Parts: sequence; structure tokens; C-alpha cells
Amino acid sequence: MIELICIGCPRGCKLLIDENNDYTVTGHSCQIGVEYGKNEVLNPTRVLTTIVKIENAIHNCLPVKSSKPLPKEKLIEVSKALKEVVVKSPVKTNEIIVKNILNTGIDIVATRDM
Amino acid sequence: MYDLIVVGAGPAGLSAALTAYENGLKKILVVERDKEMGGILNQCIHNGFGLHLFKKELTGPEFAGRFIEKIKETDIEIMLDTMVLDMDKNKNVYILNTNGYKKLSAKAIILAMGCRERTRGAIATPGDRGAGVYTAGAAQRYMNMNGYSVGNKVVILGSGDIGLIMARRMTLEGAKVLACIEINPYSAGLRRNIKQCLEDFDIPLYLSHTITDIKCTNNRVSKVIISKVDEAYNIIEGSEIEIKCDTVLLSIGLIPENELSKEADITIDERTKGPVVYENMETSVEGIFCCGNVVQVHDLADNVAMEAKKAAKAACKYILEEKTFVREIKVEANKPITYTIPQKIHLPIEEKVVDISFRTNKVLDKCVIKVTNSNGEVVCKYPREYVIPAELEKINVPVSLIKDEQNSITIYIEED
Repeated sequence: MIELICIGCPRGCKLLIDENNDYTVTGHSCQIGVEYGKNEVLNPTRVLTTIVKIENAIHNCLPVKSSKPLPKEKLIEVSKALKEVVVKSPVKTNEIIVKNILNTGIDIVATRDM
Repeated sequence: MYDLIVVGAGPAGLSAALTAYENGLKKILVVERDKEMGGILNQCIHNGFGLHLFKKELTGPEFAGRFIEKIKETDIEIMLDTMVLDMDKNKNVYILNTNGYKKLSAKAIILAMGCRERTRGAIATPGDRGAGVYTAGAAQRYMNMNGYSVGNKVVILGSGDIGLIMARRMTLEGAKVLACIEINPYSAGLRRNIKQCLEDFDIPLYLSHTITDIKCTNNRVSKVIISKVDEAYNIIEGSEIEIKCDTVLLSIGLIPENELSKEADITIDERTKGPVVYENMETSVEGIFCCGNVVQVHDLADNVAMEAKKAAKAACKYILEEKTFVREIKVEANKPITYTIPQKIHLPIEEKVVDISFRTNKVLDKCVIKVTNSNGEVVCKYPREYVIPAELEKINVPVSLIKDEQNSITIYIEED
């Protein structure tokens, strides 16, 4: 049995994952927990939220996120790669800032208008 | 003359203004001291917002964006870069901006100023006074909006959610977060944040520890000494650990920002540092309402926005309808409950239930929350798997159970 705290919502359910029984999840309160529990043991992923530099805007930085969850071990590498990115204002929410970041098949998108 | 003036354009203020607009108020003004709407959400670039309100996981700026877009479709007036200097109980608001000083009046006011961070001075952390000691929220703004590098080797004091979020942020930005230090035997942050911000990056959490010295070299933090504390929070001699670092982030709590409320003679609850409120978020001054972190520190922006809706609906009712309240009853709380919101309930009210939220200062396993009337009779019970200080607890008390002859109800918790 593997014990995990679900990060799907602020409730933070204590999940139990049975690795000897097709990774069956118990202790969840909703479907998010079932998917998270199994995924977290087999292939942990996270949505990355960070910033890129922006020029001619109200602030120096534009908040961005990965359009889908990235493999957990890629987070720091992708974050580092984004330090080199500079965009120009105006940018719209959901606009693609970097396509297919580090060949992960996942885009980096803006999370606000700026 | 405005119908409604809202002070603050964060999640509480924006949600309140929109709700008031949707409920028929015409002349609404939102006053904001920053140069844009959104408040603290603009620097909270992480996700986890909106799950309750929008059924979708959003980042802070996305959550704010949903309100800002809707506001822009209305004729709600937004005054940015404007400071409210003073306010009185006759609902006059005195503002200052680049156009000068002006007195504005409204039929009702909603206070949505939020809160500010506790600083090193608040907990009297000893040591040198060099550069490199920041509150977690200030560091968050420097990093996420100004693009400054805050530090390379970081120790975080306090395990509040902002500190935990910053532990992850700084790690992703290439800094090494060496430790998170919490004086209590339990974390002050949400469990999911302990998991995804500390455990994901192998950052150690020292419970029952505190910083007992900060040393600087060339006016910059160079190391901290941490010590273990006993159950009475006394420092245990000989337990010192030295950690070499250049930055200390403080995540040691938030205080509702109520200087303005005090100017208007609004009664403040010494426990919450926020206004004493009725079930409809009205303060002790008729026609002045409040919502969000200016009332109590919430765990979630979603709950702030929902509380703001309640305040806005009550403000609309106050302006558009006849007053029907005849009397009021008090909401009392027994240990380990530290306070309740609301502290008072108007009677009679149309609503079928009253939401009461509170925090405890103790971790409780399987327990039952009970509500008694003035005669000491239990009128309702709420079983819980656990109650922890880090999570705001909520109960819905049916109004039908609050009898007319009563003058108070009391909330307490019994462990199983």
C-alpha cells in the first residue's frame, strides 16, 4: 500500500494505492483522487506555473503555465529553459508563448492579458 | 452620490461589485490603490484557484481575469492608483489620487481591503538586521511581477501557504530551499501544499522549531540558527542547528487591514482583528459591509469571492428594501475554537440557514461540532473526521432552530 495526499483540490484527501491490485485507489472523495493516485505512482505529472520576461508592459514579467501537466522530473529543466524567453506586450490569456517546450509535446501559454 | 463604494479591487472587491451590479445597483464605484485590478491574485501565479467557483483549476491571474473581464462589460466605475485616506460612519469616503483629494459619499460601503503580512517585528526574531529577510508575499511580488532574483540559499520561517508556495517557486527559479521551519507541532498550510511544494522537492519541514538567531556578513544574511521548542513553545537549550543561507522568508501569518474601519468607528473583534459582523456581513455601522480577508483570513480565494457575494446582496437589500431586523443574537465559541464569523445574527431573516465559519488552535481527530441554545440544549451536531487549525471550518445552522426568545448560541467541539 502506498499512502499519498491528493493534490487535486484543497481538501487534500489521504489516498491509499494498492500497487498489488492494479493500483486501486481508496480514501478518495471524488474521481480526481482516483486518477491522481494511480498517475502519481506510475507517472507523476504537474502543471508548471512560472514567468517569462515581457517588454513594454505594465510589469516586467508575464505569468505562464504549461498547457497540460508535465512529467514531474521535467519541471526544473523547463523552468530553466523559460528564463531565456522574452516576449513583447500585448499578450492575450491562453496565447502560446513557447510551442512544444523541450519536445514534450506541451505548450507554454500566458495566464493573463498584458 | 454613489449607491455603493467598494474599497479594494482584489477577489473580494471585484466579486462584491459584480454581484451588486447584477442585483440592480446602478452607481457603483470600486477604489483600488494599485495600478490595476486583481489584488494579490496578480502575484499568485500558481494554480489551485477556482475549483469551487468555476469548477476548473485556474492560476491566480486567470481567476482574477474572469472577474476583470466581466467588470469591463459593465458600467461599474473603477478608480485605480487611488488611496482611501479616511472614511466615516456617515458613509463618506475621502480619497487621494493624482487628481487630488476628494470627498465621496455612498448609500452603502463594502470594505474589501484584504490583509497584510506579519513581519519579523511581530514575532521578535533576534539577530542581525541585514538584507535578505523578506515576508513571503513581498518576495513573491518581487519574483513574479518585478522579475527580481530574491536569493539563492533560502530558509523559510513559518509553514503558511504563501511560504510553501514560495518554497516551490524559488526552487523552480534555481534557488536552493534548505528548510521550512514551523514553531507549531503541525503545519499551518494546506496538506496538498506540503505535498506539492515541499515533498516534491525534498525540502525538509522542521516542526516544533523556530529561528533563534539570524547572522549577517557584509550586511547580508549569512546563516540562521534554528532551535527546537517544547510544548509550551520554550526554546530547548542545546538543540541548535546552524544553516548557512542568504535569504530568510517569513510566512508567519496575515492580519486583516482595518485602519479605515476604525476611522468609521466600526467595532473590531480582537480575536480576528477584523470587524465584528452579522450573518449578512454587515459591520456594527449600518450600511457598511465587509468581506474577504479584511474580515478573517480565508484559505481560498473562492471562499473570499463567495463571502463577497453575500455582502453585496445584503448591501443591495439595505439600499433597495425596507429594514426588517428587529433584534440580534450573539454567536459564542468555546475552546479550542478561537473565533466565529459571524459574531452576531439578525432576527428575523429570510434565509433558511446561517453559515458559520471558525478556526481552532488545536488539531482534533474524529470529533463532533455542537451548537447549543441559551438554555444549554444541543440544537444541532456536525460530525467531522478531523478539524485542523490550517483549515477554516464551516457549519450551516438552520435558522428554524434559533428560537426567538434566545439571546445567544454557543459552538463547541467534542472529541470522540
